[in-house]
Amino acid sequence: MAMSLDDLRKLREAKKTDLRKREAEGKEMQVIVGMGTCGIAAGAKQTLDAFIKGLEAHNLVDSTLVRQTGCMGLCHSEPTVEVVVPGMPTVIYGKVDEKVVNEIIQKHLIGKELLSGYILDKPAADILGAK
Amino acid sequence: MAYKHYILVCGGTACESNKGAELFNRLNAEAEKQGVKDQVQIVKTGCFGFCERGPIVKVLPEDSFYVSVKPEDAQEIIAEQIIKGREVKRLLYSDDETAVKKDILAVEDIPFYQKQFRVVLRNCGAINPENIDEYIAREGYAGLERVLFEWNQEQLIEEVKKSGLRGRGGAGFPTWLKWDLARKAVGDVKYVICNADEGDPGAYMDRSTIEGDPHSVIEGMITAGKAIGSNQGYVYIRAEYPLAIERLKIAIDQAREYGLLGKNILNSGFDFDIEIRLGAGAFVCGEETALLTSVEGARGEPRPRPPYPALKGLFGKPTVLNNVETYANIPQIILNGAEWLSSIGTERSKGTKVFALGGKIKNTGLVEVPMGTTLREIVEEIGGGIPNGKRFKAAQTGGPSGGCIPAKHFDIQIDYDNLTAIGSMMGSGGLIVMDEDNCMVDIAKYFLDFTVDESCGKCTPCRVGTKRMYEILERITNGNGKPEDIGKLEELGYYIKENALCGLGQSAPNPVLSTLKYFKDEYEAHINDKKCPAGQCKALLNYEILQDKCKRCSVCVRVCPTGAIEGTVKNPHYIHTEKCIKCGACKEKCKFGAIVVR
Ligand SMILES: Cc1cc2nc3c(=O)[nH]c(=O)nc-3n(C[C@H](O)[C@H](O)[C@H](O)COP(=O)(O)O)c2cc1C
Repeated sequence: MAMSLDDLRKLREAKKTDLRKREAEGKEMQVIVGMGTCGIAAGAKQTLDAFIKGLEAHNLVDSTLVRQTGCMGLCHSEPTVEVVVPGMPTVIYGKVDEKVVNEIIQKHLIGKELLSGYILDKPAADILGAK
Repeated sequence: MAYKHYILVCGGTACESNKGAELFNRLNAEAEKQGVKDQVQIVKTGCFGFCERGPIVKVLPEDSFYVSVKPEDAQEIIAEQIIKGREVKRLLYSDDETAVKKDILAVEDIPFYQKQFRVVLRNCGAINPENIDEYIAREGYAGLERVLFEWNQEQLIEEVKKSGLRGRGGAGFPTWLKWDLARKAVGDVKYVICNADEGDPGAYMDRSTIEGDPHSVIEGMITAGKAIGSNQGYVYIRAEYPLAIERLKIAIDQAREYGLLGKNILNSGFDFDIEIRLGAGAFVCGEETALLTSVEGARGEPRPRPPYPALKGLFGKPTVLNNVETYANIPQIILNGAEWLSSIGTERSKGTKVFALGGKIKNTGLVEVPMGTTLREIVEEIGGGIPNGKRFKAAQTGGPSGGCIPAKHFDIQIDYDNLTAIGSMMGSGGLIVMDEDNCMVDIAKYFLDFTVDESCGKCTPCRVGTKRMYEILERITNGNGKPEDIGKLEELGYYIKENALCGLGQSAPNPVLSTLKYFKDEYEAHINDKKCPAGQCKALLNYEILQDKCKRCSVCVRVCPTGAIEGTVKNPHYIHTEKCIKCGACKEKCKFGAIVVR
């Protein structure tokens, strides 16, 4: 298929999103999903999927890094998700299912407001220090 | 299905030959077996440059940088990181010096990458070179908007002029000037040629650029085509680069399919296509006139210049001929502007240069640094210094056409003019580091041996002259040198430089002349004292037993393959020099350090 200039531009925009997902550079916000055995058993994989889809739908791929981590020690409230947004306290949300994922995206990442109902903890000082 | 992880596996030649291909297959197989094939994208990329620690694997988005990864590690990477989100700590890059695993270290913090600035290699290790979409996503072919739709030829060439870009193939000729000459030259047909012959032993940046980011070269060539009004390009690449050729072919096919090569590119009305021409791997075919003759189908022999190729090149038509790295710079200049490139580098050398670091250095590999970076920074900071606590003696740049930079110029800012001023040259970018164990006469002999072999034989100064110089060097390293040999070498060297037909002969004496300039004492030691100070020239070495250190154990007597050592247990041992073949077996086996070489 021979392209026109316009086709090329469109293709670039489409592919850019794909490629940007790989990169950490320039992304200020982070969503870290606990993927220990406990997390996975409680549905962390679906949570992770929901974030990846939701961020793309809300054009947040460029600014948000999705990472996985092991068990955060809050096994009773899995799936747990840590959200890091500059200028806001870093918080851990518990029992994050797909519905909560959407709320986190809408309220926390976009609205810059904490979701009071699901906050479990701010990480202890040693966890913060270890980063 | 959305991917959650991306595994980038280095697909450069060095890593591939180190089981990188098997690793790539194993990762895919494990991802399949462990049921996560739809969650991880495994991409084979171009060279990361860190060849010393290859195969390299990078996992994103965590940015885990794994070194020396073996096919057996695939299972663990998938099981731990892809499934559980935990980095495989034992594979992470670590700094030998401090012996800490820097698991929170970002890739940019690894000393090898810290001082680098990647323009040409920006996509190497980041994208899949066999997928044009990934190139396009990283602003690939974006410059073509200006090239094809906004700027006319003069504006295009003006931009390249303002950027200060000079040819990366060796001589550093201003790229815009070449283009402008070819643009103004009268001709019904004009050609654009990419020189990917890369004959300098030890240099492989052009190969890696094509392997890792072939489209950047294609885009550069399209731009040159537009600038001079040419519709046909050729890439001349040596047949010894099968992987690069393969990736280039794929890239050309994909570009054609997208209408980025061929007729009426992006409906702009401009036609341009590229064909590949394979070279048989003769050094002289990297010289531009010999290259043209070879593309024409004749034996690769040079012809006198002028006429320069810009006026009368391929098939007698105006031709722009540039190096791979030169072309790879072009899209970035068009995209980011001339000022961007000219803000990098020194007064008269703009932008960056890629070097192939080799020799006595910890981190052999490909490095790209701003012009003006000092040799010390490259060797000590990026290269990690010299192994085994040895001292830096010299670095050779420019390969068989270049010269050496001695320790007293360790702080030289590397650019075209500074290197020329001290009798070396930028060359295509080979940078070979030598320590105190390297004999400079032997090094000069090595390079001259190469040129004697590669001389095409067309002109006498090169064919006969280099051979005579080689014979003198051989005599010197064999212990038969005569005091007048130094003068003879100099005289012959200058004569060849002035009279040879092409650049091969004109530069062939450089390694000899520059080592003579900085290490004359070593030549004199070989000639007058019949000694090789670095202990390399076998004919000048004598193995001796230090009687006060010898414990008379007779190990050496037993390992000597020629029976040159006399002695029995508890009695003194002696080496009979006339029987000794200087293999070093005795020295290696002696536990008491009683055997020395003088
Ligand atoms: C013996 C010899 C070998 C050369 N080999 C190469 C080579 O392998 N690659 C290259 O780009 N230029 C090589 N050159 C330099 C080319 O003649 C030419 O100057 C260069 O390709 C021009 O491109 P540039 O202006 O982009 O540097 C060689 C020159 C000589 C004399």
